[in-house]
Amino acid sequence: MANDSQSGIRRQIQLPLSEAVRISFQSLKIRFWRSLITTAGILLGIAFLVAVVAGAEISRSLKEVKGTAEIQTFMDEEEDTEGVSAQQIWLVVMSLIVCVVGIANSMLMAVTERFREIGTMKCLGALDRFVVELFLLESGFQGLAGALAGALIGLIATVLLNLKDYGLDLFWNFPLLRVLIVLFFACLIGMILAVLGAAGPAYRAAKLPPAEAMRVEV
Amino acid sequence: MASDIVIKTEGVVKEYRMGNNILQALKGIDLEIGRGEYISIMGPSGSGKSTIFNMIGALDRPTRGTILIDGQDMAKLDTFEVAWLRCNKIGYIFQSFNLITVMTALENVTLPMIFAGLSEKDRNKKGTELLERVGLGGRIDHKPDELSGGQMQRVAIARAFANDPSIILADEPTANLDLVTGREIIGLLKVLNEQQNVTVISATHDLKMLDVSDRVVYIRDGLVERIRNRDEIEIEIGTVGGH
Ligand SMILES: Nc1ncnc2c1ncn2[C@@H]1O[C@H](COP(=O)(O)OP(=O)(O)OP(=O)(O)O)[C@@H](O)[C@H]1O
Ligand SMILES: [Mg+2]
Repeated sequence: MANDSQSGIRRQIQLPLSEAVRISFQSLKIRFWRSLITTAGILLGIAFLVAVVAGAEISRSLKEVKGTAEIQTFMDEEEDTEGVSAQQIWLVVMSLIVCVVGIANSMLMAVTERFREIGTMKCLGALDRFVVELFLLESGFQGLAGALAGALIGLIATVLLNLKDYGLDLFWNFPLLRVLIVLFFACLIGMILAVLGAAGPAYRAAKLPPAEAMRVEV
Repeated sequence: MASDIVIKTEGVVKEYRMGNNILQALKGIDLEIGRGEYISIMGPSGSGKSTIFNMIGALDRPTRGTILIDGQDMAKLDTFEVAWLRCNKIGYIFQSFNLITVMTALENVTLPMIFAGLSEKDRNKKGTELLERVGLGGRIDHKPDELSGGQMQRVAIARAFANDPSIILADEPTANLDLVTGREIIGLLKVLNEQQNVTVISATHDLKMLDVSDRVVYIRDGLVERIRNRDEIEIEIGTVGGH
């Protein structure tokens, strides 16, 4: 009972990273369906993005190899020699917007419905930054999972679509490196968007005095 | 400060701004609470009980006035010190239990111990002991939604005692419980109060609470109306806890 003595007020308060990871992971696991919906939002955005960009890379690669003659039909649509037409740029921008809005909305909801929990954690001694840290970890996991699954699904979709057009030539001339780079950046974008989407609301919630955070009923 | 006063409030005012109106929930509260006391704060709904609870518990800041804990002015503490205070010095119990729903009873009880820096082994040992003390030894792995109201409040009590606080703050801890369960919870708080010399401050409507209280503070419209000792329950002492 060291604190029973009038030992004054100290300042050490901690949340080891391993504990933070465990808590946020568990929190995701237990709200499995809720987490899945949030993750699905990320997944769709990234799948769309990957399908469009990786699809463009694949067409470009096949065009380079096979020359223009055999894929004349596509020349009408794809005049841009970079492989990404104006229409495709539009699609990429759209898919990014869908990503940003969808992920920000999911994260805002996920944080808002947990104001009371945030207030309680602060009553138990959590610093504001522990709260933010827990939410960033959660959203990071969701971002990573959603983006990986989305990238995979997007890739499979685009391969299937191109398989129809190019047949097995697709596999012999597959632009593996460039597609991997697309996948990598798509995952990165997904994670960054998820974390940014959660950071704003989580920071705002963490700054509230606990009494106010706990008053919020959702 | 070698006095036995744990909490002292001086002219505590809390105003809430609602649009253009200012609502004074507390209009100048002066209180002195001694170490190991069991204090009940009584008063009609809306009189400011929860508001004073939040001020004393460092869950919100007063608009004016000072609150001293062990002689330290709370307004002068930085965020780390406030967190430390909430973690180690004060245990909170709420009407609606406020357990973390995704965590088991044991995890709820050990969460404040993580912040205080205990190792996993020590946490689990101490958490299990605390849950056994409140009669939930067989339910340490249950989630809040698998427990009854009374059991949830017991978990909350065990959690409030996690880091051996010197002050327990309870805001209507029995309001969501039936008569018998309410009495058990009050008895449990009293036992812990006596065994550990913990100061218990409880806002309540519950007349059962009077039996165990050392003093009862009646507040009305944001002011202390009167304070009574348990054995002098008919005699008015005045509006300021005197020494
Ligand atoms: N966050 C807030 N914003 C605006 N007004 C508030 C806020 N919190 C409390 N009040 C007002 O302050 C007054 C005191 O409220 P408080 O919650 O302290 O009452 P109480 O004594 O705990 O009541 P009850 O017994 O119903 O819990 C009330 O008039 C209430 O409407
Ligand atoms: Mg109240």
